[in-house]
Amino acid sequence: MKKQTVNSRPAGPKPWYDPRVRALFFQVISLAVVFWVGWVLIDNTLSNMQSRGISTGFGFLGESAGFGIIMHLVPFDATMSYGRTFWVGLTNTLLVSAMGVVAATILGFVIGVARLSSNWLVAKISLVYIEVIRNIPLLLQIFFWYFAVLSNLPSPRQSVEVGGALFLNNRGLYLPGPVTQEGFGLVWVAILVAIVAVVGVRMWAKKRQMATGQIFPTFKVSVAILILLPLMVFFSAGQPLEWDVPALKGFNFGGGITLIPELVALWIALSLYTASFIAEIVRSGILSVSQGQTEASKALGLPNGLTLRLVVIPQAMRVIIPPLTSQYLNLVKNSSLATAIGYPDLVAVFMGTTLNQTGQAVEVVAITMAVYLTISLLISLFMNLYNRAVAIKER
Amino acid sequence: MKSMRSVAFGMACVAGALTTTSVFAATTLESVKEKGHLQCGVTSGLPGFSQPDEKGAWTGIDVDTCRAVAAAIFGDAKAVEFTPLTAKERFTALQSGEIDMLSRNTTWTLTRDVSLGLNFAGVNYYDGQGFLVNKDIGVDDATQLDGATVCIQAGTTTELNLSDYFRTKGMEFKPIVFDTSEQTVQGFAAGRCDVLTSDRSQLAALRSKLTDPSSAKILPNTISKEPLGPVVRQGDDQWFNIVKWVLSVQINAEELGITMANADEMLKSDNPSVQRLLGTDGDMGAKLGLPDDFGHAIVKQVGNYAEMYDRNVGPDTALGLERGINALWTDGGILYAPPVR
Amino acid sequence: MTEPMMKPPKRNLGPVKWMRTHLFSNWYNSLLTLAVGYLLVTSVGPLLNWLILDATFLGNGPDDCVGAGACWLFVKQRLNFFIYGFYPDELQWRVDVMFALLAVAFVPQFIERFPGRKWLGIFGITGLPIIGYVLIPGGVLGLEEVGSSKWGGLMLTLILAYIGILASLPIGVLLALGRRSDMPIIRGLCVVFIEVWRAVPLITVLFMASVMLPLFLPDGVSFEKLVRALIGITLWQSAYMAEVIRGGLQAIPRGQYEAAGALGLGYWRKMGLVILPQALKLVIPGIVNTFISLFKDTTLVLIIGLFDILGAVQSTIADPAWQNVAIEGYVFVAFCFWVFCFGISRYSQNLERKLDTGHKT
Repeated sequence: MKKQTVNSRPAGPKPWYDPRVRALFFQVISLAVVFWVGWVLIDNTLSNMQSRGISTGFGFLGESAGFGIIMHLVPFDATMSYGRTFWVGLTNTLLVSAMGVVAATILGFVIGVARLSSNWLVAKISLVYIEVIRNIPLLLQIFFWYFAVLSNLPSPRQSVEVGGALFLNNRGLYLPGPVTQEGFGLVWVAILVAIVAVVGVRMWAKKRQMATGQIFPTFKVSVAILILLPLMVFFSAGQPLEWDVPALKGFNFGGGITLIPELVALWIALSLYTASFIAEIVRSGILSVSQGQTEASKALGLPNGLTLRLVVIPQAMRVIIPPLTSQYLNLVKNSSLATAIGYPDLVAVFMGTTLNQTGQAVEVVAITMAVYLTISLLISLFMNLYNRAVAIKER
Repeated sequence: MKSMRSVAFGMACVAGALTTTSVFAATTLESVKEKGHLQCGVTSGLPGFSQPDEKGAWTGIDVDTCRAVAAAIFGDAKAVEFTPLTAKERFTALQSGEIDMLSRNTTWTLTRDVSLGLNFAGVNYYDGQGFLVNKDIGVDDATQLDGATVCIQAGTTTELNLSDYFRTKGMEFKPIVFDTSEQTVQGFAAGRCDVLTSDRSQLAALRSKLTDPSSAKILPNTISKEPLGPVVRQGDDQWFNIVKWVLSVQINAEELGITMANADEMLKSDNPSVQRLLGTDGDMGAKLGLPDDFGHAIVKQVGNYAEMYDRNVGPDTALGLERGINALWTDGGILYAPPVR
Repeated sequence: MTEPMMKPPKRNLGPVKWMRTHLFSNWYNSLLTLAVGYLLVTSVGPLLNWLILDATFLGNGPDDCVGAGACWLFVKQRLNFFIYGFYPDELQWRVDVMFALLAVAFVPQFIERFPGRKWLGIFGITGLPIIGYVLIPGGVLGLEEVGSSKWGGLMLTLILAYIGILASLPIGVLLALGRRSDMPIIRGLCVVFIEVWRAVPLITVLFMASVMLPLFLPDGVSFEKLVRALIGITLWQSAYMAEVIRGGLQAIPRGQYEAAGALGLGYWRKMGLVILPQALKLVIPGIVNTFISLFKDTTLVLIIGLFDILGAVQSTIADPAWQNVAIEGYVFVAFCFWVFCFGISRYSQNLERKLDTGHKT
């Protein structure tokens, strides 16, 4: 149904042959059908819930939950509300997703580059990794990392110990946790100042290079500022930081930071799985940069590292970003498999226990889906913005 | 345009399917009779209560409860099909009419009775929540469990009881919530937790799944009441009565000494209670909308309560559970069924 | 790189030379080779021992698994359950027939120049589902009925993936056409539909299908659990399918649309006779790839209590009769999936390469 602008036709087509009229007609019809189907579904649901005596509304969010959750980033105990369980689940989902995105990106880039390595052995092993990992269901990999590996770890009393500070057993990985003392605020300030200084140095260096052609060792200087400045402040403020070292108390270790096995298993599985897809994306991205570009930059006398950094990667990124975005989205969505091994993510806590205790499936599922929809839209939005920035710079 | 028309036709069909509300509000009994079988919701695998063997044949006390209802309606205990349900799905499955009754190890609580639009038709097993611990941790009593990591199955009252218990005792715990009982045992076996909590009836069965069952023991504490029973939809009193009385008939049959073996013989009994139960006297069945000999069919094909108990969870089974409070009131238990008269 | 310009290229470099260029070209490559090589040598040996050399293949029961290696006897003895679920023994020939037909229809697709492979493929997506619809559940033509609660194992996995893809194809086509439509409202509706389904995890969709779908339907209308899961999978998959097909539609040169329009073809004829046949052919690799990911994703149905192959294995490794067979079980499932997915992905890569050259103008 092409829109055509017909001005000089002697007699216009009959209304039912006019593409515009038809288009309008079909749209009205389809809109009506959609609304009608939606109305029927809602009506069915409401009348079903009423006739079956199912309570409705969001009042349950304020009621006391009454169950415990093993891991929470926001304060939580059983006396708090169902609404709070939502936040606990959401923050846990975001945590494992963020950890997964970082690890999968690093691993994916390394393997993707290794796949193109001139070293035959490294290239082949990367190939085998990719082909094995991405052809096995993620859920199976999660089970493997959880049950098969967990049962081979020692019990808390026989923990694997590293330097008396780091413990590994079948209850998780225990790390010393930093406890900031009075005066640590200064260190935060120093970190902030360092970041501002680095940005300033970079801008100055670029300007100077543009003007004089002299290259300033920006990278080394930036690293030095970022590390040395906070460190100096830290020591001059009298080291206002103590380490809370985990210790065996009763059945389990207490103190420090605990990474529960559910989190670790899920994190490893998600990262390894997604990395195998990212690796392929990175490989095709790098291959998409024509050989001529590399040769040209070599001809200009750029060393290998700079060729990669200034010529190949910026161009490859344009190809890499869009599919990379959808891999990140997949990772966030796949984190919902947590429910299979008992990691308390949004689906396991809110759509699991909370749904089950309140019985209000419609409300809970609707909220959960809305959350994933929002996360997806936000990631797409940020990636689109980034993509646009990259694309404009290229022109 | 031809294809357009067929699309429109397809849409009309979908629309038709969506609005075919059942104008004839058939009762559950009528629709069950029309189908020719009872659709019963059970667990996807819980030893002693409902478990499929490798060929998909179901056994268990909850399964037998369904069979007894089928026997009462059709005179045929085999006229039943089972729908395995997860804890999360069970109530919606019943509410939506996917199943006719739910006999899935379900605890009778006020909230469930009131806010889910369901009715509990009685209790076929009185249970309570207990703890299974690894012997290594040297715990003899649940009050010593402060700081323990606990494996639980999701979607059950267990989670709430556990939290209440630890809170009232001023103790802390770390819950690990699994989706199925298999995973819960796997987690416990892998050493992920110190304690596994579940209904006491399950602990023995779960312990038997461990590599070395003697490495774990069941603590003496019972921290909750778990009356388990069949559930039906609210609003169909006839159906509610049928399920309720099928259960009562089984308990009464035990009291009157009617068994699978002697059910035929007992037809000749001159004890009026036996006559009423077996349908040789009176029209007890007709009052429920069932054949008058429904009691005979139940006992003959499924057995009385004691037989159902012993066959599935009794001392000679893998679960090895003594009758305890599930004995008749005359034997020191709390089973007390209203009389059939 | 350092070789003199005039030296004629040699075809056979010899193993030493090959190793020098491919493994030890400079100091860090040599180091890398040695490190990776060391890891390989130390891990492959024990792995082989466990997998094959020390493994138990023969025996009668759990007691025969005493070696240090894997207990494949477990897989062997439970294979029937892993493949057919609870499907009755004496009726399993019906499933076997379907497996055979599936192989007849699709294996030739891997072999170029196989006579009539196009027709076999068409049979695979038209006749095969109909035969399966009659044969697997039975209940007609004198076949004994087997309820869907008895289906399980690999068979259920294949059914879910196959029906999911097949049913989502037409919906995906309609959605893709809708998204490329000139009509703003239709386009908007399709965009919303596609983006919403793509944004939510399959597991929430399955939950919705298993817990909420019954509430959406009028009183007295209810579907079996398997059907509900299939509805959920199909809706979810059709959104992905739509995006794949949209890619194909976009790849068709504008001239084709205009030429079809100039011939006086209406919208549906233009799409049905000119655009879609070309577009669909272009996106076959994409469709195959979505099939692979759906095939892997079907394992999630175990979370809503269906016994797919992973669910079947998971429930058997909890069996107290067999101890410590978790890894064997998982490796077996992983192997099954890997064979299918790797094989199919190779096929799609081949196809991609072929179609690619065919379409470069």
